[in-house]
This record gives sequence, C-alpha cells and structure tokens, in this order.
Amino acid sequence: METLVNAAPFTGYVYPNETIIPWTVLIVVYPYLTGLVAGSFTVSSMYQVFGMERFKPVAHLALLVSLCCMLIVPMPLLLHLGHPERALNSMITPHWTSAFAVFGYAAGFYIILLILETWFVYRPYIVQQAREGRGLLRWFYQMLSLGSDDLSEKALSYDRKWIFALAVIGIPSAHGLHGYIGFVFGSLKAREWWSSDLMPLVFLFSAIISGTALLIVIYVVSCWLRKVPVDLPCLKGMAYALWGFMMFTLLLEGVEFASLVYRGREGIEIIMEYVKGPLLITFFFLQFGVGSLVPLTALSYMIWRGTTGRALVVGVTTSAALVLFAVLMMRWNVVIGGQEISKTGKGLVDYQPTVLGREGLLAAASLVVMPLILLSLAVKLFPPWEKRLTPSPTSNAS
Amino acid sequence: MNDTSRPQSDARRAFLSQLGLAATYTGAVAGFGALGVAQESSAKSESPAATESFPTPDYDWTQHQWAFGVDATKCIGCLRCVEACKRENDVAGDAHHFRTWVERYVYIEGETRARVDSHHDPVNIAASGSEGEYRFANRYKDEKVEKAFFVPKLCNHCTHPACVQVCPVGATYRTEDGVVLIDHDYCIGCRYCVQACPYGARLFNEEQGVSDKCTWCYHRITKGLQPACVEVCPVGARVFGDMNDKQSPISLFVRNNRVQVLRPESGNAPNVFYVGIDREVV
Repeated sequence: METLVNAAPFTGYVYPNETIIPWTVLIVVYPYLTGLVAGSFTVSSMYQVFGMERFKPVAHLALLVSLCCMLIVPMPLLLHLGHPERALNSMITPHWTSAFAVFGYAAGFYIILLILETWFVYRPYIVQQAREGRGLLRWFYQMLSLGSDDLSEKALSYDRKWIFALAVIGIPSAHGLHGYIGFVFGSLKAREWWSSDLMPLVFLFSAIISGTALLIVIYVVSCWLRKVPVDLPCLKGMAYALWGFMMFTLLLEGVEFASLVYRGREGIEIIMEYVKGPLLITFFFLQFGVGSLVPLTALSYMIWRGTTGRALVVGVTTSAALVLFAVLMMRWNVVIGGQEISKTGKGLVDYQPTVLGREGLLAAASLVVMPLILLSLAVKLFPPWEKRLTPSPTSNAS
Repeated sequence: MNDTSRPQSDARRAFLSQLGLAATYTGAVAGFGALGVAQESSAKSESPAATESFPTPDYDWTQHQWAFGVDATKCIGCLRCVEACKRENDVAGDAHHFRTWVERYVYIEGETRARVDSHHDPVNIAASGSEGEYRFANRYKDEKVEKAFFVPKLCNHCTHPACVQVCPVGATYRTEDGVVLIDHDYCIGCRYCVQACPYGARLFNEEQGVSDKCTWCYHRITKGLQPACVEVCPVGARVFGDMNDKQSPISLFVRNNRVQVLRPESGNAPNVFYVGIDREVV
C-alpha cells in the first residue's frame, strides 16, 4: 500500500483526502495531445476546406500529425484509470450528466473521421503503390486500397468531395473534442481555479497554437532531414496563424485570470498566495515569459521587419518550439494548479511527481514522444511531401 | 459494493440475527424504520440480518430518508469516530484516506482568522507517533485561546451530488433512501468524482483502483444499526436517523435546533446538518 500512495506535502489547512493529487501529470499530457490534434487539424483544414494554397506543403503532414497524436490520446487516460479494463463502460452505459461520458464517442468518432479522411487523401498513392510496389509492401497497400483501383478524374473528383466533407465535419469535431475537455475542467464548481466559462475557449485557442507550432517544428525539421528547402510562404503563413491565435489565447487567458481575481470570491486570498508563490516560475516565468512573450515579440519583429530566408526559418522555428513548451506549461498550470489550491481555501498542496511508475514523469514523457515515433513510421508509409497526391481542392466546392 | 458486501465477523452476525428476530428490536434502535424490517422478517424463515446479501433483502429503501446531524458544541475531538470508521470500513490506515475526519478550529487572541488543523497534520501525527493513531496535539498550550471547537466531517450525501453528476459510467448513485453510494465493481477509477466533491469527502482507494467514500455505513443502517462513527461517539455529537420518522433522533435534532449545512452555495443540498459551527468552517 505504501508504494501506491504518493502523498503531497501541504501548507495551511487542506482536507485530509486532498493530500493525494487525483489527476497527475498524465492528465496534463491528455489535453496537451488533444490540443495538438485539434491544432494540426486546423492547419490541414486551412488548405482542405478554405483552399489556402500556401498551406499545401504541410496539409497532408498536418493530417498525419493529427492522426498520430489522436491515436495516442486515449493512452494517458487508460494509464490513469484505476480499472482501464472497464474503460468501455463509459460507452456501454454512458451516464449522460457527466462531461466525461461523451469522450469515448467523441474520440471514437473523430478517430474514424481522421482515418477516413487520411484514406481518401492517400487513396491515389495507395492505389499507385498497390500497382507498382514490390513484395510485402505491395500486399500491404493492396490491403489498404480496399479493392479500389480507379484513378480516373471522375473517381478523384469523388475523393475530393469526400475529403472536403470530412474536413468540414472535422473542424467542429476536432475543436468540439478539445473545447469539451476545457468544459470538463471549467464546469467543476468545486475548484475555483478551474471553474470558468472561458475555460473551453482558452483550451481551444491554446490548442490551435500548439498544433500550429508543432507543425512548424516538424515541417522545418523534416525539410532539414530531407535536405530540401523550406517553403517560405508556407512557413510564413503558419507564423501568421501562430501569431494571430496567440493574441487570442493570451487575451482569453488574461481575461479569465482577471475576472477570477476581480470577482474575488471566497478563497481568493489563497489563490493569490498561490499565484505569487509557486506559480511565479511555472506560470509567469516559463509559460508567460519564456513561452509566450518571447515568441510573440520575436514573431512580431519578424513580421514587422519582413524577415526572410534562414533568419525567418530559425526565428519562427524557435518561437514555435517555445510556444509548444508554453502550452505544455499551460496544461500543467491548469491541471496541477487547480489541485494544488485546496478546496478549503485555506491551504496549498505541493504536487510531487514521481519519475517512475504508471503515473510518473517518464510515462508522461513517453506518451508525448510516442506520436512522433508513430509519425516517423507514418511518413515512411504515406509520404506527405509527394507532389500532386491529390489535385488542388480549389474546385471541390462544385 | 465490495465495501458493504464484505463478510461480517461471525460474532457480529450472530448478534445481529438475534437482534433481527427479537420483537423488542424495533423499539431498541430508536425506531428508524425497523418496524418494516421486523414485520417482513417474521414472514421469512431467517432473519434479514443473517444473510450476507446487500442490501438486506426485505429492507425497503422507499420507506426511509436517512440524514445525519453533527452537534459541534458536543464534539471533544477524541477521534474515536475516525478510528471506528477506518476499522469498520477497512479504510487505509494512513493520513491520506478518510471517510470521516475531525477538524479543529482555534481562535488565538489577537488573530482574526481561525487556525485550522486536523489529525492528518504532521504536528498531530508526530504527537500520536503514527499515521494510524489519531490525535490532536496540544499545540496551542502556550497561546491564549479565545475560542476553539471541533467539527466532525463526512460525506454530506447531498440531494444534488456533484460527484454523481460527473461519474461517466453511473457507478456512483443516490439511493432511494438518500445515501450516495459507489458500485466498486463498476467504477472505472477516473477520479472525476474526487475532483467534483466540494467537501473533499471522496478518496481514492489505490489498492482497489476505485473511488471510495462514506456510506453512512449502509451495511449497518439497512439492518437497523447506527453508523459506526455514531455508535462510538461518547458525547452524542453525531446523530443519525430517518427523516421519515418524526420522532427519530435526526428529526428531533433538525426540528429542535437551528441547523445549517456546509457550502450551501454549491447547490449540492447536503444532508448532514450542523449545529454550533461558525463562519470560518469550510
């Protein structure tokens, strides 16, 4: 029993049961991954739905990133559950008043949608490989083609209709999935730190910036690995998107925090004590300073000065990496922060993450890296950088 | 429902079956609905209390509306309730798992806010010498204490329980007789309910991988007994009974006192009624 319990020290008065933090670092990773899913899907949709040609070089990559992250999303939850073998109970007998009950359906629906969209996007490639490939791989692509062999213009146009429709449905699905995670936290009246109507929006916008930032980093690194030049208009487009959505995110977070402080309800003293104490480093220095102000300033400067070439690539990529870190810290500060402020309003708990173990830092870090491993495999099987995999979607509204 | 279907000790079972058969049983247990139990049991070959099944077969949960009272003016902080609860319900013996606990509020001269602690405080654990021994250290002996009191805490078995609302699988539910229970065979262990409870009354049983909470000793009250904490309280600070019975201890407690509940603004509508607490109590 002793090894199972990871008790946290506390100051002031906290309820005895609060000395064990219920949601650990795994629940920090869970919304982080979901955010990356929603964010990278947004970038993919900018091309697939809104026909923004400048995002074409990353459109398929974005879809793969989204899919690889989404496949890992249930993992932190399953690892966290006391009885993972009962996880499907939430779908067999959903208790509809619970914000959590929707997760299984929403995630399941979205995974199917992502797989379908990816399949349609890659169908020409799969068919081509099924025809021309060799050995086991040919057999693999033949299986994947599901018997389709038609690459006529009529068939491709049919594909495009499906891709467009799926991408359109995917936008509310991906954003809904993530916004609802914000609701899981925001709807809890027991925790003042979480209880906010803005929480779904804060989650949503931070999701978009994290997904865009991840895509920037992966795209630039992949270009470097493949020794091809970075498509600067595309990168710049993503930098603009990152900059714009960062503005919204910071504004929303600012408004949320301001209203929490301004309302000053019961327990605000302990919240302020928390903000001025433990949050100084994780929030003000890491999330807000290093992770948000620095990249925002850098991006603003580069946009203002019209920076281009190598300087732009390095600048945007560094900014994106910092944003990725900031969003991770934001998830930490929300999930862990909410639990470190006692429900008594009279004390603070100090979460001490373990390194090893099912809910340790190592497990959490592995889950963050796992989508990247999946992705490195996926880009081998389904190269997202091939030209003319599918024709331009500009005519797909017909 | 592992906690409640757990086999009782033989001695207690024997004792209960005698109780169940006895005609005087009805009056002896201050009449919270035991009349129905006794009547039905007389038509059967064995006492309801003799069976291990749960709830007691001829217990009619539509006939009761359980509630709990705490008279903080009476509590002496002896913590027998905490110990009894841990033993009765097999709760982990450390300082982090409690179905019930007692808080101490102390106002020191010259200070505006109360100093609050409970037996899980490191100072109190040091005084008792073990996490499994519950004690309040005499830590304010050198201070000038203006006012001090103890507040026993437990699950409020709310009419609108936030914990039940958030359970994704419906493993936790409110019974017809007003008790919030967890089906330990169905709980997935997500701990959303632990987060949702404004009172910190829910805990997580790491060993079983499920959430846990006070059941008002449902396995006892459905057999006409008192919850363990009420049973052992030496000063009657804890009161339990059936609100449907106008003469039950809890009905009298609520009727004869000006009672209040914790955090009424939560909208949870608690069913643990307090007497003798003040503004600092959270």
